[in-house]
Amino acid sequence: MMKGDSPKKIFKMGLWEDNPILVQIIGICSALAVTNLMINSLIMGVGLIFVTALSSFTVSLLRNYTPKHIRMMVQVLIIAAYVIIVDIFLKAYMPEMSKALGPYVGLIITNCIIMGRAEAYAQKNSPIPSFLDGVASGLGYTLVLLVIAFIRELLGFGTVFGIQVLGEWWTPWTIMIMPPAAFFILAVVIWITKTIQEKEKDNEKGQVAN
Amino acid sequence: MIELNPFIIFFAAIFTNNMIFSNFLGMCSYIAVSREIPTSLGLGQAVTFVLTCTTIINYLIYHYALLPLGLDYLRFIVFIISIAAFVQLLEMFVERYLPNLYYALGIFLPLITVNCAILGVSLFMIIRNYNFLQSIGFSIGSGIGWTLAIVALAGIRQKLKKASIPKGLEGPGITLIITGLMALAFIGFSGIVQIQ
Repeated sequence: MMKGDSPKKIFKMGLWEDNPILVQIIGICSALAVTNLMINSLIMGVGLIFVTALSSFTVSLLRNYTPKHIRMMVQVLIIAAYVIIVDIFLKAYMPEMSKALGPYVGLIITNCIIMGRAEAYAQKNSPIPSFLDGVASGLGYTLVLLVIAFIRELLGFGTVFGIQVLGEWWTPWTIMIMPPAAFFILAVVIWITKTIQEKEKDNEKGQVAN
Repeated sequence: MIELNPFIIFFAAIFTNNMIFSNFLGMCSYIAVSREIPTSLGLGQAVTFVLTCTTIINYLIYHYALLPLGLDYLRFIVFIISIAAFVQLLEMFVERYLPNLYYALGIFLPLITVNCAILGVSLFMIIRNYNFLQSIGFSIGSGIGWTLAIVALAGIRQKLKKASIPKGLEGPGITLIITGLMALAFIGFSGIVQIQ
C-alpha cells in the first residue's frame, strides 16, 4: 500500500487549487520569457515536467539517507543532473529549439517549482506519489504557459503553433510578443483564477452553513 | 561579432536589457520582497554583490577549468554549486557583522541561491561570448538594473497600500500590471543601445 494522497487529489492540487504559477506565484520567470510562441512553451513545459517528476522521485527515494542540513545541496544536484539531460537532449535533437530557449533551459534548475515540490512534498512522501505530484505541478505550469502563449502568439503573429490562423486582414500586435504584454496577460490570468477560486470558497462556506 | 565596450554593456544591462523588464529573471523575489523600499534596497544590494562576485568566479571556472577539460556540459552543476557556496559564505558573514540587515532580509538571503537572475547572468555571459571585462560590466549592470527595478516597484507599492484594488487583483496581480507598465516605460530606452 502506498503512502500519500490519491492521484486524483494530487492532480487537482497541482492543476488548479495549488497551481504553481497562478496560486503560488513561483516559477514565473520562464513562464513570462518563453511564452511568445506556443511551441517554445510546450517544449519548456515538457522539459519541466520531466525534471520535476524525476527529481521529486529521486529526492523522495533518497529522503531517508540525506542528512538534513545538506539536503538543499543534494536537491540542487539532483535537479541539475536532470536539467543537463534535458539540455543535451535539446542540443542533439532540436538545436533550433535549444537556441530559441537560450539560457532558460539551464534556468530550470533555479525554477522554484521544482525546489518547492521537493521541499514541500517529496521530502515527506514516498516515491510514487512524489512522482505524480511532480507531474501534476509540471502540468499545471505547462497549461498556464500554453494559455498565455496562445493569447500572445495569436495576437502577436496571427498564428497558433506556427500555423497561420488569422488571415491577411490581421494586423499583428507587436506589443504582444514584447515583454510588457507578458506581464499584463499573466496578471489578468491570475486575476481571473483568483476571482473564481474566491467564489468557490464562498460557495463551500455557504454549503457548510446550510 | 562587434566588440562591445564594457561600459556600453553596463548601461545596456541597466536600461535596455534590464534583467526584470526584458529577461524576466529573478521574478520570484522581485514580487515577494518588494513591499518596502529599505528591504528591497538591501536585497538589491545583496543581489548585485553576489551577482558580480559569482559571475567573475564562474567566468574563471568556465574558461580555465571547464573548457580546457572539455566539461562545459557540466556548467549548470558547477555554476549552481559555486553560487550556493558563495551565498552560504555571505550569509555567515552578514549574520556575524550586519545583524540588522540579516533580520531584515530574513529567509530571503538563502533565496538568492535560487534567484534565477544570478544563474541567468552567468549563462548569458557564456551564450553571448563575453570576455572578462565585458562580463564584469554586464554583471554589475544587471545587478544595478535589478535593484533599480525592485526599488522602483517597492516605491509604487508603498503608495498602493491605500488604494482600493479589485479583490482578485490584489498582491501579485497588481504587481505584475505595474511591472508591465514599467516595462513599457523602459522600452522607451531601447533606442539608446541594444545588446544581444
